[in-house]
Amino acid sequence: MEGLTLSDAEQKYYSDLFSYCDIESTKKVAANGRVLELFRAAQLPNDVVLQIMELCGATRLGYFGRSQFYIALKLVAVAQSGFPLRVESINTVKDLPLPRFVASKNEQESRHAASYSSDSENQGSYSGVIPPPPGRGQVKKGSVSHDTVQPRTSADQQEPASPVVSPQQSPPTSPHTWRKHSRHPSGGNSERPLTGPGPFWSPFGEAQSGSSAGDAVWSGHSPPPPQETWVSFADTPPTSTLLTMHPASVQDQTTVRTVASATTANEIRRQSSSYDDPWKITDEQRQYYVNQFKTIQPDLNGFIPGSAAKEFFTKSKLPILELSHIWELSDFDKDGALTLDEFCAAFHLVVARKNGYDLPEKLPESLMPKLIDLEDSADVGDQPGEVGYSGSPAEAPPSKSPSMPSLNQTWPELNQSSEQWETFSERSSSSQTLTQFDSNIAPADPDTAIVHPVPIRMTPSKIHMQEMELKRTGSDHTNPTSPLLVKPSDLSEESKINSSVKFASGNTVADGYSSSDSFTSDPEQIGNNVTHQRSHSGTSPDNTAPPPPPPRPQPSHSRSSSLDMNRTFAVTTGQQQAGVVAHPPAVPPRPQPSQAPGPVVHRPVDADGLITHTSTSPQQIPEQPNFADFSQFEVFAASNVNEEQDDEAEKHPEVLPVEKASDPASSLRVAKTDSKIEEKTAASVPANVSKGTTPLAPPPKPVRRRLKSEDELRPEVDEHTQKTGVLAAVLASQPSIPRSVGKDKKAIQASIRRNKETNTVLARLNSELQQQLKDVLEERISLEVQLEQLRPFSHL
Amino acid sequence: MAVCVAVIAKENYPLYIRSIPTENELKFHYMVHTSLDVVDEKISAMGKALVDQRELYLGLLYPTEDYKVYGYVTNSKVKFVMVVDSSNTALRDNEIRSMFRKLHNSYTDVMCNPFYNPGDHIQSSRAFDSMVTSMMIQVC
Repeated sequence: MEGLTLSDAEQKYYSDLFSYCDIESTKKVAANGRVLELFRAAQLPNDVVLQIMELCGATRLGYFGRSQFYIALKLVAVAQSGFPLRVESINTVKDLPLPRFVASKNEQESRHAASYSSDSENQGSYSGVIPPPPGRGQVKKGSVSHDTVQPRTSADQQEPASPVVSPQQSPPTSPHTWRKHSRHPSGGNSERPLTGPGPFWSPFGEAQSGSSAGDAVWSGHSPPPPQETWVSFADTPPTSTLLTMHPASVQDQTTVRTVASATTANEIRRQSSSYDDPWKITDEQRQYYVNQFKTIQPDLNGFIPGSAAKEFFTKSKLPILELSHIWELSDFDKDGALTLDEFCAAFHLVVARKNGYDLPEKLPESLMPKLIDLEDSADVGDQPGEVGYSGSPAEAPPSKSPSMPSLNQTWPELNQSSEQWETFSERSSSSQTLTQFDSNIAPADPDTAIVHPVPIRMTPSKIHMQEMELKRTGSDHTNPTSPLLVKPSDLSEESKINSSVKFASGNTVADGYSSSDSFTSDPEQIGNNVTHQRSHSGTSPDNTAPPPPPPRPQPSHSRSSSLDMNRTFAVTTGQQQAGVVAHPPAVPPRPQPSQAPGPVVHRPVDADGLITHTSTSPQQIPEQPNFADFSQFEVFAASNVNEEQDDEAEKHPEVLPVEKASDPASSLRVAKTDSKIEEKTAASVPANVSKGTTPLAPPPKPVRRRLKSEDELRPEVDEHTQKTGVLAAVLASQPSIPRSVGKDKKAIQASIRRNKETNTVLARLNSELQQQLKDVLEERISLEVQLEQLRPFSHL
Repeated sequence: MAVCVAVIAKENYPLYIRSIPTENELKFHYMVHTSLDVVDEKISAMGKALVDQRELYLGLLYPTEDYKVYGYVTNSKVKFVMVVDSSNTALRDNEIRSMFRKLHNSYTDVMCNPFYNPGDHIQSSRAFDSMVTSMMIQVC
């Protein structure tokens, strides 16, 4: 070996390293074990280490003398710097950084190393310059050593672990690897637990102290397979095949035998094979697993049944207890069968266990199978660790509720309904859901119901207030708008105001929330005597109808939605500014089935009156639970838009009859599904208020609520249908309204804006209501089915 | 919340029984054993109705001065018995039901393990143990 010239720093560093390795204090020879550890810590490929060994002469001498050691260290630095390993390179390479050793077991050492390093880069790399004594490594099998090493390892790792795992140095020191393996299978430096540094330690340091399981396997093979002995399975070809699977590690096998350091190299090499998580499956391993999978199940997308898997893994001669644990870990979806991913994970675990690695408590992430089907169910929010997923079918139903929350967002008052919706979706029992509805409805008295919508919209309130003012001013148009705008709270105001204006029947419906009903009632009250009749009549039907909350029966429930439309129309018309009055043709004052035609007749009479009519009609409608607001809508439609009158009238008549039919039904059901109704109405209302009069949106809500309480599920369904019809009518009529009322540009624009807002709201409501309708229908069907099923029992 | 959890096989021998260590475990074992009679009684009471119609959750089997014993039986006549402390703020029935449901789910997971032979003691499943522990820890 040519002379080695070292810089001062190098000299110092090397001497320290030598003394570290010189456990016997011979001052002459560095312990092979230590040296190997050190070299392993260098994170160099095994062959490089071997080369270094040869170059420095240790191979020849069989031991590491001081000079050999220094040369080796220099070569390590050379290798780490990326220079080719050559004898000449020892002295030719200038400004070589100090060799980096990753094995950061030793914090002190690392600190030492850090002190040595003059380069910035060294700081991280010297973490744990000197790997822990080989002895410890060899104890690898013992968890104790793991423990002891762990803290240090982790401590060391805390140092810039990333630099440690520099691309150059593929493997962390083997001690790291297997320590980590036992502890943090998924984390830490790239260790390959399976690479079994342990096994190598044993041959290296202590006589085969290591792998218990591995030993058994390896006994048959001179060089312990670098990889965990895949061979563990007795019936499978022995390690030879496995070894071939891992050419990287296989290369070193021969060297391992020959040179102790070679084992280190192997280990290092092996460890280097995976940067990350020690549990990562290499490609070769994966390929092997896949081949094994194919022998059992040719279809790679298929499953291996539990029994076949049991047989297969039993061949590995692991205790049943451990196999059971492995199964528990790897059968991710708990279906008693193994997919390809699960199988690979299980196989990997078996191999690891055979090589002496303890089984992790949890499945390492790298082994987690790609959950495709579970991922779907994961929508419900489960994490990859969906072990218990299969056991939570109850979680599925709640997924339906997402639609509900959207409603809630729009209308706080819908919260109740959302709960109801959830119960709906769960369908524990239709009757139960019904009762729940009722119970939910109970607290929802008209006032509270009305209140809910309030917070939702500011604009509506404003508009409502405007409407109110308009009302006060006595403008017909304003009336309808005001009621529309009035939120539940406003409703009260309206009621006050309206009461003066309206005809009492308590059509404070004008709140407009509840529905266009209020609008219709208000406008009517304010505007036309004719409407009065209706409103009155509306109220009277209220009386007949299930006792709606006094303020406003505003059944605007399904119909109320249309009423809302009316309201919006009314509002717009009332304002007459932007023609915002989106008195949806919908919701004609339902309550008076008889009157419906009347109002229709009246409404068309005068546009303004119509508007008011519509406004009042909605009001009336709310009063009458579940009254066909559609009639009002129809009227409105007719009145709101002269142009559309015909259309609306056509629509309304259609709606009216439906509403009428529903009215009595709804009246019967009064207190049933308040919230539901309200929701419905709210939904319909927003749709109705396509004009965008946001204020309209809130009003419908309270109305809907009431409707709900009043209506049963079926009625709700009917209402929904009605509402949708009304909404459609309203929507259709809406566009024309602005045209009809275009007085002030600003007002028009504002009203257009409002209309758009209400439009969106109504659209949203509509969709939600549709969804609810579907749910209700489904529930109805299920109920009917149950009924059918129960019928025979009744005979028993 | 449970003081003692036991899984009894169809043949009325325990597959898994675990109680809070501090207590006199023998007492709990005895309570579970005596509750089996009540379970059988409840099962047979449904008698005429098919197993399908019988509900799995049996409810409170019998109360004692300090404890209450709840029962649950699966369709394969595997029984779960849970002893809870009476002093606990009255555990709602729903909570007990949910606990039994969890037990049942974990039990089926254990069953799915091909390495588990039905009729064996359930000692190999860590998931099952941890689940039971979670149920029992709450008692403390």
